[in-house]
Amino acid sequence: MDLAERTLDRHLVRFAAALRAAGLPVPLVSTIEFGRAVAEVGADRRDGVYWAGRATLVHRPEDIPLYDEVFEQQWLGAIDRGRPATAPAPVTLLLDEPGAEHDDEGEPEAPGGDVLSVRFSRAEVLSGKDFADCTDDEMAELHELMDRLRFAGESRRSRRLRPTSRSGRLDLRRTVRAALRTQGEPLRRAYLEPGERPRRLVLLLDVSGSMEAYARALIRFVHAAIVGRRDVEAFALGTRLTRLTRELSTRDPDAALARAADAVTDWSGGTRLGDGLRLFNDAWGVRGMARGAVVVVLSDGWDRGDPAVMSEQMQRLSRVAHKIVWVNPLKATPGYAPLAGGMAAALPHIDEFLEGHNLDSLEVLAKAITRE
Amino acid sequence: MAGASPPDSPISPHDVASVDDVISALADQSYLADEGLATAIFLALRLRRPILLEGEAGVGKTEVAKALAAWAGGDFIRLQCYEGIDVAQAVYEWDYSRQLLHLRAAEAAGATEGVAVADLEDELYDERFLVRRPLLQALSTTSERAATPTVLLIDEVDRADDEFEAFLLEILSEYAVTIPEIGEFRAEVPPVVVITSNRTRDVHDALKRRCLYHWVAHPSVEREVEILRVRAPHVPLALARDVALVAAELREMGLYKPPGVAETLDWAEALVLIGTDDLDPEAIEFTVGTLLKYREDQERARTRGFGEILSAVLGA
Repeated sequence: MDLAERTLDRHLVRFAAALRAAGLPVPLVSTIEFGRAVAEVGADRRDGVYWAGRATLVHRPEDIPLYDEVFEQQWLGAIDRGRPATAPAPVTLLLDEPGAEHDDEGEPEAPGGDVLSVRFSRAEVLSGKDFADCTDDEMAELHELMDRLRFAGESRRSRRLRPTSRSGRLDLRRTVRAALRTQGEPLRRAYLEPGERPRRLVLLLDVSGSMEAYARALIRFVHAAIVGRRDVEAFALGTRLTRLTRELSTRDPDAALARAADAVTDWSGGTRLGDGLRLFNDAWGVRGMARGAVVVVLSDGWDRGDPAVMSEQMQRLSRVAHKIVWVNPLKATPGYAPLAGGMAAALPHIDEFLEGHNLDSLEVLAKAITRE
Repeated sequence: MAGASPPDSPISPHDVASVDDVISALADQSYLADEGLATAIFLALRLRRPILLEGEAGVGKTEVAKALAAWAGGDFIRLQCYEGIDVAQAVYEWDYSRQLLHLRAAEAAGATEGVAVADLEDELYDERFLVRRPLLQALSTTSERAATPTVLLIDEVDRADDEFEAFLLEILSEYAVTIPEIGEFRAEVPPVVVITSNRTRDVHDALKRRCLYHWVAHPSVEREVEILRVRAPHVPLALARDVALVAAELREMGLYKPPGVAETLDWAEALVLIGTDDLDPEAIEFTVGTLLKYREDQERARTRGFGEILSAVLGA
C-alpha cells in the first residue's frame, strides 16, 4: 500500500513536471494540492484524475488545451520527458538587435561620465530619427532612452475614500477615536474625500508585416509603459490576438521581449485589424477591460479585411473606452493621408491621432496618455 | 437565508464521500452539474478550500452557490463586489452613532469623570457596537451548526480592486480575521466559499492558487435539454430540444454576447407563453429579445435568417 502510494505520488509529480516543461506555470503548492485532490477522488478513474488536475493545476481557460494535451500523453504513458509538448515557434523579435548584451564576443557597455555626455548629444540626434531608418545600433540606444519614459496616467475618481483635512464626508471612525480624548465630546472631527485612481491603460500593438519596422521599437515602448505604472494591459494584434501583459511585465527588457516574442506566433503576418479588434472587444475589451480606460492603438491602419468590420468594432470600443488614441507611424510621412480602408473607417471614433515614428513622437504620446 | 431547516439531502456537504454524491445532492436542488464542476466542488468541500468559478456571464456560476446553500441548509451570505469595496463594507464596521451616544450618556451620568481613556476605549470597542458585514458573518457560524455550514458567495470578484483581493486572500487562507480593537475572529466552522469572476481582468495568482478552479463553459446540447427539463418542467421536451439546438448554433456564430443558460431558460419560457409548440421563424422573431441582447447580434442572426438557422440545426 505504502509503496503503491509512493509510486502514485511519483506519477503525479512527473505529470506536474511535464506540464511545467510544456510551459504551464505549476507552483509547488499546486502540485501538493493536486496530490491531495487525487487522494480524495481516487486514482482509479481516468476522469477523476483529469478533473482533479483541472481544478488544482489549471488556473486560466487558455491553459486548458495544453493541459489536455499533456494529460493525454501522460495517460498513454508515451511521454518524452524533458521536451516541451509544444515547441515554441522560433520567432526572432528584438533578439536580433546587436549590442553587448546579446553578443558574447561583443564589446561590453562602456560606463563612465564622459560617455554619458556623448550619449546625450546622440540622444538629441536620435530622438528625431524615424525608427525605420535607424541602424540596429541606434535602435539599441533608443531602447535605453525609451525605458526612461515615464507614465503617470490619467486619473479618475475612485470610490475608495481617503482621509482629508478639508471638511467633507465625516470620518466617524477617526472622530470617535478623537472624542475619547475629550471625555466623549466630538470636538475634533475628521473627514474623508474620494481618492483618485489612474485610469487603466490598454495598449494594442499591430504586429502585422506592414508595421514590422516600427513594431520592434514600439513593443519596447509598450514594455516601458507596463513596468512604469500599474494597471496597464497590452495585446499584440496580428492575424490573431495575443495578450502580452504577463510576458512584458518582467522588468528586464530583453527577457520580457524574448518572452513576448515566444508568445506572439503571428509576427509580421497578414493584417486583419478589424478582426483583431473584434477579438479584443469580445474576449476582453467590452467585457470590462476597456471600460473607462484609455485605449492606445499602435498601428498603421492597413487592413485587408472589410472596412465595415473595422468601423463597427471601433464604434463598440469607443462606446466603452474613456479615450481612444491612435498612433500611426506613417502619419509623419509627407503627403500621407489616412485614406487606407481601415484607417479611414477608424478615424471618426478616435479621440487623438498621433505620430509614432520616432522617440520625440513617443514622448508626445506619453504625455497624451497622461493629459486629462 | 434558508434558516436552520434540516437539509433535504441526507448528506451534509462536509461529509460527501464521492463526486457522485455531489452530483445527486445538487440535482436534488435542481442544479445539474457536470463531472468537472462536481469534482471541483467535491474537492472544495473535502479540502475545505474556496472554489473559484470563472466563465461567461449567464452560465450559472451564481446558481452553483445558491444550490450549494440550499443543499447545506445553513445561511447563504452573498457579498457582491464592486470597485472600491473595502473592509468597512465587506467585513465589519463600528456603530459610530451608538458609540457616540454611549459616550454622551456616560458623560451625562458623570461616569466619564476621572476614567482613563483606555477604559473608555474598552467600553466602546465592545462586540455590541460591532456591525458585522458579510465576511465576518460568514466566519461567525458556531460549531453547534456544523451540520449546516454557511455558504459564502463572493460574487464578481473581478470588479473589486487588487487591494481588496489581497485582503480577501488573508481571510480565506486562515478563515480568520483580526479586528485591531478586539482581537482575532476565527471561524469554528469554516464556511463553504464560492467565488465567481466574469474575467474582466485576471484575478491575482495568489488568490487562484488558494482556490480550486473551474472554468464554467456553456453546456452541451444534451445537458442544456436536461437543465431546461428540470428548471422549466412545463416546456415540452421537443421544444426544449429545439431551443437547446438553436442556442448551441447561435453560440457558434461568434456573437458579441452568446446566449447563456439564463437566456435559453428565459427564451423557452417566452416561447411557451406565446403558445409555441413547434419552433418556427416567426416565433423566434417575436421572442429574440429574450435570447440576444445586442442589436448587432439580432441583426446578424436576422441576416443569416431564422429559417436558415432552424433548418441548419433541425436538418429539415
